[in-house]
Amino acid sequence: MQRSDPILEVKGLSVSFLQYGRGMRQQLLNVVHGLDLAVSEREIIAVVGASGSGKSLLAHAILGLLPYNAHMEGGCRFRGEPLDEARLRRLRGKEIVLVPQGVSYLDPLMCVGAQLNGGEKAPDSRRRTRESLARYGLGEEVERMYPFELSGGMARRVMIAAAVRNTPKLVIADEPTPGLNPEAARRILGHFREIADEGAGVLLITHDLEMALTVADRVAVFYAGRILEEASVADFMQEETLRHPYTRALWRAMPQNGFQPLAGAQPYAGEGQEGCLFASRCPLRSAECTKEPPVREIGNGWARCFHAGERGKADGFDSGTNFVPV
Amino acid sequence: MIRKPNRRQRTLLLLFCSVAALSAVTVAGGLLSGQAMVTDFSRKNLSPCAAYPFGTDWMGRDMFARTLAGLSISLRIGMLTATVSAFVALVAGFCAATLGRAADALTGWMIDLVMGIPHILLLILISLACGKGLAGVVTGIALTHWPSLARLLRAELLQLRECPFVRVAEKLGMGRLRIVREHLFPHLLPQFLTGLVLLFPHAILHEASITFLGFGLSPEQPALGIILSESMQHLAMGRWWLAVFPGALLVLAVSLFFTLGENLRCLLDPGSVHE
Amino acid sequence: MAAFALVALSPIDPLQANIGQVALGSMSAEQVARLQAYWGVGQPLIGRYLNWLSGFLRGDLGVSLLYRQEVSQVIAEKCANSVWLMGFAWCVSGVLGIALGVTAGVRRGRFSDRLIRGGCLLVSSTPAFWIALMALIVFAVWLGWFPIGLSIPIGMDAARVSLADRLHHAALPALVLSITGIPNVALHTREKMVEVLESDYVLFARARGERTTQIVLRHGLRNILLPAITLQFGAIGEIFGGSTLIEQVFSYPGLGQAAVAAGLGSDLPLLMGIAVISAVIVFGGNLAADLLYGVVDPRVRKGGAHR
Repeated sequence: MQRSDPILEVKGLSVSFLQYGRGMRQQLLNVVHGLDLAVSEREIIAVVGASGSGKSLLAHAILGLLPYNAHMEGGCRFRGEPLDEARLRRLRGKEIVLVPQGVSYLDPLMCVGAQLNGGEKAPDSRRRTRESLARYGLGEEVERMYPFELSGGMARRVMIAAAVRNTPKLVIADEPTPGLNPEAARRILGHFREIADEGAGVLLITHDLEMALTVADRVAVFYAGRILEEASVADFMQEETLRHPYTRALWRAMPQNGFQPLAGAQPYAGEGQEGCLFASRCPLRSAECTKEPPVREIGNGWARCFHAGERGKADGFDSGTNFVPV
Repeated sequence: MIRKPNRRQRTLLLLFCSVAALSAVTVAGGLLSGQAMVTDFSRKNLSPCAAYPFGTDWMGRDMFARTLAGLSISLRIGMLTATVSAFVALVAGFCAATLGRAADALTGWMIDLVMGIPHILLLILISLACGKGLAGVVTGIALTHWPSLARLLRAELLQLRECPFVRVAEKLGMGRLRIVREHLFPHLLPQFLTGLVLLFPHAILHEASITFLGFGLSPEQPALGIILSESMQHLAMGRWWLAVFPGALLVLAVSLFFTLGENLRCLLDPGSVHE
Repeated sequence: MAAFALVALSPIDPLQANIGQVALGSMSAEQVARLQAYWGVGQPLIGRYLNWLSGFLRGDLGVSLLYRQEVSQVIAEKCANSVWLMGFAWCVSGVLGIALGVTAGVRRGRFSDRLIRGGCLLVSSTPAFWIALMALIVFAVWLGWFPIGLSIPIGMDAARVSLADRLHHAALPALVLSITGIPNVALHTREKMVEVLESDYVLFARARGERTTQIVLRHGLRNILLPAITLQFGAIGEIFGGSTLIEQVFSYPGLGQAAVAAGLGSDLPLLMGIAVISAVIVFGGNLAADLLYGVVDPRVRKGGAHR
């Protein structure tokens, strides 16, 4: 696939918190660690990872909306130029938009229409709000509704409408489907495909690999604050084209591929950050895995692993109970 | 490596300092109570000077000794009443949450009763009922300060009882007493402690107020409220020191208690791990 | 609601009936005689209480021993003086408290936040009467801007007192009372503001490109005002308590001072009357807050309409 210049480039992004351990000691929690990512025009990149792996923080960090106690390193470039605080302030809501998770992201005491207008009273702004709501099948009466009156699917569509009202270049969607039935979820994801086909780049953050594969172009596998593998959707057709043992485990956990769960849990941020983070659950673990794994480019993607692309000891995965969780 | 102490270390340090300062005042005031009563008309109405940093009053009493003694009385009454109040709150909250609906309704009714009348007015009523004087003040303050803490503890207990880990413990056949001891108590203790410490300042302030109005201790005792209400008669003559210093010291002590409570809350609250 | 009304009103009465009995022991013989005549000696507690209650329901609160007037008349007169004082302080402390709380919440952790929090802590650890004393020393004794006490100039005929005179006399007590009411609402508003600014919907508003000022005005105030006003309605009791102390310092002839005088002089009918009135005021405040929620909050308003 020939790729155009990326709209968004993330280089070495880290997010950390200062936390108190037991007693008086303080420690630095690395929640997102040395993350590289690029999103191009007309492309949906899905960042897939389990809950609690720091995915939402990634979205907030790109938008410059981290909580006050978070510390961020590394940076982003938007359309070739560094994305600093001032530029972000100009672009937020216009060229870079967020589609958040759920109804709690709407002001409970304000009508939907007023929220989308964002305080602008000009007829042009109102017209755009109406058009974008109408595009997602939401009538005029929705503008006068309060968030608590919206159903889950309606709230999702309202938030997408809020995002595309200004024809953005980059859409960051943070878990847009949970709580919806498969039908509604597919429809919502279809909307993102449309947005991408109209020329925007979409960063889709989700925990649902199966859903992501139906709509995305590329998948970045997120684990304990790092990206372990980036692969095209085509690579997920079979296990052999996948590079990282974790991605393969995810593949095998999908219903159509055997439904085999992976035992154990991902390490909590701050627990033993030495070497490969997946090593404790990895069937291919070897002595060198205690060192920082290299990035290996294989085909149209890459993985962060000493054993990238190696065929796993298949029997080792047959039963998840062989691995001792951390 | 020498570095700036982090917030928890600073908080702990502050905690120790305030406790030390408050206990020093309490003890010193107790020791000075004899000196506070000495009248000497050769030195009456002195403005603050090196020998009498807080000046003297119209009977030549050393205001510094009187203030410390008064503060000590106020602190002791405050601690006594706040502790009694906190235990009333604990019992009430516990009854409301565990003894069924009737007990809950009764406590709710009692809480509304106490909260329904302005504090000061209720204090006046109770101290009248008990006969004015120390007993009235102590009973009054002890009986009026428990509702908010009781409400808090009740809500906390009800929430805890519905918690999965308590339910599981019940299902596993753990004895009631053991559940209370191992699961409920550790969660309630921090709430109770901070509640107790934060009751002190209110109790002290109300003690001073009610004494100031003339319902409290007898006029011979150098309680802060009495010192301040006596000072009112001398304000117009420009003897400002009679009111300023005792009041300022009271404010200092009370705000120390407030900081103490807030810091304690910060230390005990698990949500404060992030900075 | 009706249940709460009963709870708020009824329990006060037996309390006072009790007090009537216990306080008898601490009164002079003359007072006891007077009271005996009034209450009817030997009547059981319940009987006396019912007696008082039926009188109360007919609007008869009894005769004040100190003022030698109908209690209701004394209260009405004192109330007129106090209402202005308390009303003014209630509004000013509410407005200032919310403004300061919002400022502190928005500028969390910065200098102005620390200043406001420090100030609130200081004021809340200061007894109201001491603030009043300090204000008297500075403004009345040193600067001579305000009179030292009373609601009208001494020796002047009540009919000839001008509005300006009244205001002049009420200004200092009202200001002091306002100050004492600020910390409560300011600190709560700050907490709420911090909570709102950390909320998901503010994050989304920022992501839509709204500026901080816009967010504070559009989302902050909208979500803060209701709880703040509710809190302020609930604080009427505190303001009443503060006014008792402050009226005493300024010798301002209001309800609070009457309560103290009644307490010190064992004027039970008057004290009871004042207690009932104050309970009604506190209850009225809570009721107003409840009603306000129903009218303003769309979740309650529309939710009720749907069901």
